[in-house]
Amino acid sequence: MQGVDVDMDVNIFRGVILIILMIGFAGLWVWAWSGKRKSAFHEASMLPLEEDLGEIPNDEARMTGKDVHHVN
Amino acid sequence: MTYNDKVVRQFVVVTVLWGIVGMLVGVIIAAQLWMPQLNFDIPWLSYGRLRPLHTNAVIFAFGGSGLIGTSLYVVQRTCHVRLISDKLASFVFWGWQLVIVAAAVSLPLGYTQGKEYAELEWPIDILITVVWVAYAVLFFGTVAKRRVSHIYVANWFYGAFILTIALLHIVNNLALPVELGKSYPIYTGAVDAMVQWWYGHNAVGFFLTAGFLGMMYYFVPKQAEGPVYSYRLSIVHFWALIAIYMWAGPHHLHYTALPNWLQSLGMVFSLILLAPSWGGMINGIMTLSGAWHKLRTDPVLKFMIVALSFYGMSTFEGPMMSIKTVNALSHYTDWTIGHVHSGALGWVAMMTIGSLYCLIPRLIGEKKMYSIKAVDIHFWTSTIGVVVYIASMWIAGVMQGLMWRAFNEDGTLTYSFVESLVATNPYYLIRLLGGLLFLSGMFFFAWNTWKTLSSKEMKPITASEPADWGEHA
Repeated sequence: MQGVDVDMDVNIFRGVILIILMIGFAGLWVWAWSGKRKSAFHEASMLPLEEDLGEIPNDEARMTGKDVHHVN
Repeated sequence: MTYNDKVVRQFVVVTVLWGIVGMLVGVIIAAQLWMPQLNFDIPWLSYGRLRPLHTNAVIFAFGGSGLIGTSLYVVQRTCHVRLISDKLASFVFWGWQLVIVAAAVSLPLGYTQGKEYAELEWPIDILITVVWVAYAVLFFGTVAKRRVSHIYVANWFYGAFILTIALLHIVNNLALPVELGKSYPIYTGAVDAMVQWWYGHNAVGFFLTAGFLGMMYYFVPKQAEGPVYSYRLSIVHFWALIAIYMWAGPHHLHYTALPNWLQSLGMVFSLILLAPSWGGMINGIMTLSGAWHKLRTDPVLKFMIVALSFYGMSTFEGPMMSIKTVNALSHYTDWTIGHVHSGALGWVAMMTIGSLYCLIPRLIGEKKMYSIKAVDIHFWTSTIGVVVYIASMWIAGVMQGLMWRAFNEDGTLTYSFVESLVATNPYYLIRLLGGLLFLSGMFFFAWNTWKTLSSKEMKPITASEPADWGEHA
């Protein structure tokens, strides 16, 4: 190929992929630790607990109007 | 809208049943290694046929049923929605049981592909593929129909487990069938070995690790009654774990015909794996921070925390054993067997048992098992059983490694192979006792499960309404 200084071969492709993945991983850290995600992550982390702690009214509570927080 | 807990209950019951069967077969082959006459010269009782039966039963029947059952429980709770199809759920349950029965018949009869953890012949492999695709549709279909915006981290781990096992199973089992019970793999030589251990180690990484981390991320916070220590850490270690595990397989083939650079690559990735593995372990254990006193009174939490401790220990031991010079000593010895059981009994089985002790009473609207005393006895038989098992195998393994590499001054071997077998024999007896102790606890598990589930009628549980923060766009 005339006029091209760098020979494009598979190893350059591999290097590019590696750099993209490393930037992506650093980006993941930044995203996960950004203040904007804090409240969403907190709410998500409560998902396993709501059934036992009854933080969120279930169907029964909604329909009877009574606050039937899980009676377990 | 109610949850489909029928399929969960079915999977829970068979998890207990297959746990007992699989561990019993393990105890039988442990006894045979101590006293080989115990095969009574009956072909289908021979070690070579029962060993794959043991591994398939504990991994795919016990562990698999536990994973599928808990994942279907967790995905409904965290998505606030019923499984997309009751019929598909039944198909997954009965299909998976058919796979297990087919394995339990064909393996003792001697039908095998000869690939470790992938012994089952091609007709059963096709059945597994069909059932697995149905399971994937059921799980991801339910996630897609969720009524909360966020996909809880446990579902990410379960999802990675489901997708990767599909990929691994299909690629490693590509074969040319010659008749109903015989096939030849399409790979040959070193390529075959590499594909096999790409499969084998990722079965460890995605079946025995990612799947059970999914279980951990739901049931540890639930039992500890507090959210996971760091949700951010769970996301970062998830992506790190699944990206790195894929490359660690070659450490099973150190000093073989596999190209040397590939062996080193496998070793390096295995060492890096320590970080994401410990990310999960620390996240699980630290979930108890502020609630450590609960460990004094709650044997279910004890199961979970000891399971996480074994997870931490075996994911430290694994990278160490992948170092080529360490591997030169440990490979082909019983050290490997000790390492595997520290993971399989200590982490996988104890996390499954702890999670089921949390889940089972909730199926009948309770929070505690019928007998807490029995849970406590089970905890101690399991813990002491694992410690006895792995300590005996560590000692035996290091001893074997040292004996096999000992040379005399003239270059001849110091010990014959049979001398190392004779020296190992007492440790095989100790290992058998450790295994028996672990198995004995499983009967308390079965009795307690039966007493709990039969104490009350199962009532359909209403699905949680979407929280206002989580309206699905």
